[in-house]
Amino acid sequence: MSKNFFKVIRSGINTTFQDLGRNNLNHIGIPISGVMDKRNYIIANKILHNVPSHPIIEFAYQGPRLVYHGEPLNISVSGDVKFKIFKNKNETEGKCYKTITLEDHDEIDLISTNRSVYGYLAIGADLNIDYQWKSCSINTKVNIGSNNGKKLQDNQKIELSKIKKLSRRKLVHFNSKIENIRVIKGTNFHYFSEESKVKFFKKEYIVTKLTDRMGMRLEGERLDNNVNTNIKSEGLVKGVIQIPADGNPIIMLADHGTIGGYPKIATVISADFDKLSQLTPGSKIKFKEVNLKDAETIFKLYEMETNNIISKIL
Amino acid sequence: MIKNISNLGDAAVYCDFGDEVNKEINSKVINYFQNLKDRKLKEITNLTPSYNKLIVSFDLSITNFEKTKKIIENLQIKKNHSMSKKKIQIPVCCDDEYALDLKKLERKLNKPNDEILETFFSKEYFCYMTGFIAGMPFLGDIDKNLHTKRLETPRVKVPKGSIGLTEQFCNIYTFESPGGWNIIGNTPINIFDSLNEDNPNLINPGDTVSFIKINKEKYKNYNE
Repeated sequence: MSKNFFKVIRSGINTTFQDLGRNNLNHIGIPISGVMDKRNYIIANKILHNVPSHPIIEFAYQGPRLVYHGEPLNISVSGDVKFKIFKNKNETEGKCYKTITLEDHDEIDLISTNRSVYGYLAIGADLNIDYQWKSCSINTKVNIGSNNGKKLQDNQKIELSKIKKLSRRKLVHFNSKIENIRVIKGTNFHYFSEESKVKFFKKEYIVTKLTDRMGMRLEGERLDNNVNTNIKSEGLVKGVIQIPADGNPIIMLADHGTIGGYPKIATVISADFDKLSQLTPGSKIKFKEVNLKDAETIFKLYEMETNNIISKIL
Repeated sequence: MIKNISNLGDAAVYCDFGDEVNKEINSKVINYFQNLKDRKLKEITNLTPSYNKLIVSFDLSITNFEKTKKIIENLQIKKNHSMSKKKIQIPVCCDDEYALDLKKLERKLNKPNDEILETFFSKEYFCYMTGFIAGMPFLGDIDKNLHTKRLETPRVKVPKGSIGLTEQFCNIYTFESPGGWNIIGNTPINIFDSLNEDNPNLINPGDTVSFIKINKEKYKNYNE
């Protein structure tokens, strides 16, 4: 028996071992299986220097409570997960996306996933589990995969070997999502070089820390102006994207200046204001062109969606 | 009157009165603005006049660009609103700590700072519009020899009271705010009074402003 192991105190609602699943078996009725949220699976493993196909513990809504026995072990949790770590009865609030070291008799309680379904517990060691068709992924419907194809059970053990000794790491920025922000070409769109017009719709722009209720400053590939980097100051509206001489876009938000003198390359459509305003520094934006008619139709849909949501308040 | 009408995004009409900036075109803009304002249309949510443009924002929930454009095209211009015609003096201190861009301007304009300031203080300026931040007056026209562009990257914070130059215009930053104008001094007086809801602006379109140079001591003691 391995000297390093977890014992399951509470198994949780639907806790399984998963990896990337098994391909090319559809013809005999076996689906791919594998992790539900691939990005969070990869991130949790990567923090621990695990290979991209390393087995992970996936849980839904309520995760497991585990007690660890053995030499110091690095773990990481990903997703939007509320969890606690117990060391000698001292409890601390757990933080996702960073290395946590567990020592003999430490416990981890994966209490719940917030506003989401799946969370992940990655382990910096090999798991002594079985593989079927080269994958450990558990398919409970047909009992395929590790753990005899069954969910984790109370009181069972998870045996570990080859514990990794590695430095602690954490994810510094977790805003890698690229949001499509829809815009209508602005009154000075023609001021910009042909190359910049293409770049504006093709390249990603990053939301910088210089963002508040007035405006959002973006950074990305510089947009070159062929006509004039200044215009005669004129009115602004929410959503206008101005390009000053340094070539980085500034988007007007709710408390924007009412007058401005930098050329207007485009204007964000009304239906995308909410989404835009919620983007945190580090988020990535890609601009997508729509025409006025489309913007009006999209706004009607946006209003219908809002009304649908409101009608669910009982 | 309006040379071209187009859309600015999906919830505003962009009325272009021409490219030049002069009092004649500006008074046409202001007249359109006043007439539209007097209609008190519930679907119009904002009117933003500037030197030679008027932006009409509307409520996309109840109207759209085509309908709002028709209202503007069919607008009966009733009467000529008389503009405000006050003369206002603004004290300004140009010591180094307030004249953030004066050294840069010396290089950009290739002139010593006393010449820049003398030229600036020798003229009276017409107020074309107010805006950007509450009460900020856009004044003109400054001497040809002082024309310069905005900063390449606008400042995140321009101090309250700053006097800025760009192209043929000058302004007063009525509050600390982001901004890209070249700062040559600072005034100790308040330009905007939010408690006076009917007339919060000290300077209104049509007024004439002259700047008076004061020293640091006078600046420091101004509000005492």
